[in-house]
Amino acid sequence: MAAQIFSAIFVIIIGVGGCVAYFWGANKLLDLVFPSRGVSGTAAVDNLRRQGLVRPWLFVGPAMIILTIYLIYPVIETLRLSFLDRGGANFVGLANYEWAFGDHDFRNSILNNILWLAVVPAACTFLGLIIAVLTDKIWWSTIAKSLIFLPLAISFVGASVIWKFIYEYRGEGQVQIGLLNAIIQYFGGQPQVWISLPFWNNFFLMVILIWIQTGFAMVILSSALRGIPEETLEAAVIDGANPFQIFWKIMVPQIWGTIAVVWTTITILVLKVFDIVLTMTNGQWNSQVLANLMFDWMFRGGGDFGRGATIAIIIMIAVIPIMVWNIRQANKETGGH
Amino acid sequence: MAASTGKSFVSRFGVHIAVLVFVVIWTIPTLGILVSSLRDKDQIIASGWWNSFASSSQTEAGRLPAASAQTQKDGKYVIEGNVFGDGAKRDISAFGVKAAAPTQYKAGTAADLGDGVTLQVNADGSFVLASPKAFEGDRGQRVYYASSAPPKFTTANYDAVLFSEGIGRSFMNSLTVTIPATIIPILIAAFAAYALAWMRFPGRALLIAVIIGLLVVPLQMSLIPLLKLYNGVGTFFGVPSKTYLGIWLAHTGFGLPFAIYLLRSYIAGLPREIMESARIDGASDFEIFVKIVLPLSFPVLASFAIFQFLWVWNDLLVAMVFLGTAPDQIVLTAKLNALLGSRGGNWEILTTSAFITIIVPLIVFFSLQRYFVRGLLAGSVKGG
Repeated sequence: MAAQIFSAIFVIIIGVGGCVAYFWGANKLLDLVFPSRGVSGTAAVDNLRRQGLVRPWLFVGPAMIILTIYLIYPVIETLRLSFLDRGGANFVGLANYEWAFGDHDFRNSILNNILWLAVVPAACTFLGLIIAVLTDKIWWSTIAKSLIFLPLAISFVGASVIWKFIYEYRGEGQVQIGLLNAIIQYFGGQPQVWISLPFWNNFFLMVILIWIQTGFAMVILSSALRGIPEETLEAAVIDGANPFQIFWKIMVPQIWGTIAVVWTTITILVLKVFDIVLTMTNGQWNSQVLANLMFDWMFRGGGDFGRGATIAIIIMIAVIPIMVWNIRQANKETGGH
Repeated sequence: MAASTGKSFVSRFGVHIAVLVFVVIWTIPTLGILVSSLRDKDQIIASGWWNSFASSSQTEAGRLPAASAQTQKDGKYVIEGNVFGDGAKRDISAFGVKAAAPTQYKAGTAADLGDGVTLQVNADGSFVLASPKAFEGDRGQRVYYASSAPPKFTTANYDAVLFSEGIGRSFMNSLTVTIPATIIPILIAAFAAYALAWMRFPGRALLIAVIIGLLVVPLQMSLIPLLKLYNGVGTFFGVPSKTYLGIWLAHTGFGLPFAIYLLRSYIAGLPREIMESARIDGASDFEIFVKIVLPLSFPVLASFAIFQFLWVWNDLLVAMVFLGTAPDQIVLTAKLNALLGSRGGNWEILTTSAFITIIVPLIVFFSLQRYFVRGLLAGSVKGG
């Protein structure tokens, strides 16, 4: 263990030192090759121009190399692998895709993913907005927001343990130590094994993500609400609008853009949700989702990379519209810069 | 907001109540594992954690001493003693002699067991079994009793989990993964962000578009090719394919698009005059970056560092693919996932391990919340 700590510190020093050395050294080298000081006027101008051509690439170079290896190449390779068989040796055309749409687990995962996409972003945004509005005027809003925001720092695995404890079921005649079953029992209901109830278990898993992400929606929307001009709201009050009208007709339309951003951010997160399903049910009792199914095929029976890649591509296809929208949005913004 | 003008006392009161309800619902789950992790492990299963400050009651069964322990007193045969032996003291509220009715008699009363035999169990556990005839047999009377134990809190669970369940070791592994994976991307991203914000070169707009596109590429797209690549590199050089170096670089790669995006939008917003006056004074881009941009960017660097730290610390997927599951590599999240399988019902172990897993993010979160929120806003409201 001491060796491990030592090697970690060593790597930090090497890594950071290496980065510093690269950036400093590369710039020094550039200055030496194309000197701009101590040479005649025209030569200096020429060299400055050459420096200006090279230097940006020294700055973005390391980032570009890493992005190419870790994201760009894999995207292309995954697409290629999705047309190959399990070992990646033979071309099989669309066989993996045909398999996917005929496979019971896959269809179940798609349906569950659609369910997740329909419920989680809506619930997080709605709850976040409600809490943002409610906490806007109270004096203890900082502490209230912090506590609602807090689950965002908790890992999905940690959150799964926390909620598994709430959903815990103990056999008849035993004390129910899970909060949910204890409440149900208190009101005279029948304790249940919540996470193995087909269909409904999806919602019990979604609650975990909603619990985590509502804080995110709340913080973003709360700051957007503060951007609404005071005069607009005052005018509405003077015109006799009631709080509900103010909320639906003044506030919500004003922050529509932010609501869309929150919604899409959570949508992407939902498409990638993996840890919660793996730790709570591992896809049993019809609760499978695409990301977990993909992980499953990556390692099942030594791994079927063709099918795994196919599932990854399908997740990617779902993300592409959001990606295009983001890029267009950003282009509009930086157009003038 | 001016909406509160003219609101009645009741509706303002209602707002406080509503917020309180939300806060309670959002806090209780975490509170549950914190409280449970500090409870005695027998009490965790005997009563819900919300009752942990009350005495927990449970029904126990015991057997009284056999006939050989009897003495004669006042013409009766008597067996006396304490159902708890010398053990921990608990309060008995009721007792019985049949499994079907374990709390038939109140403590302190004498139960008539038929044939003139009486049994009295007192609250402190002492009992008197009396009979006009001599007791026979070498098996004593079966007795059931409902006892309540005072609340008991302990740090024993933490000792057990840290030192014998391997969580302590995993904690170190998590730190080993997280710290370099947080620091390495910052510098690489900062240089790239500066170039993309303030330097003119062909292809800049395309690069920015690619980075924004990569922001949302699901991690799942990278896993299989990188796994193959790592295995290939491992075989080629004869080194293990699952190493800390491998996961540091992987986290660096996955964190870079967000890092560049966040830093670029901040650096692009720095005042143009500062850069230009420095350039007129003869400073090169490198000097401007190191002496002006880096110090001014501290808040956004801190924001990114917190994000990356939380993301790497809380990650399960990347760790499961790029690191092994041996004790010298398994990180906290993966260990917790493994414990959920192997120790499914041992809530004292699960709650304690979960709390150890979340304590570091919570400390980071609470101490640096300002930067975290700022990063969150800068990272997502753009375009809104």
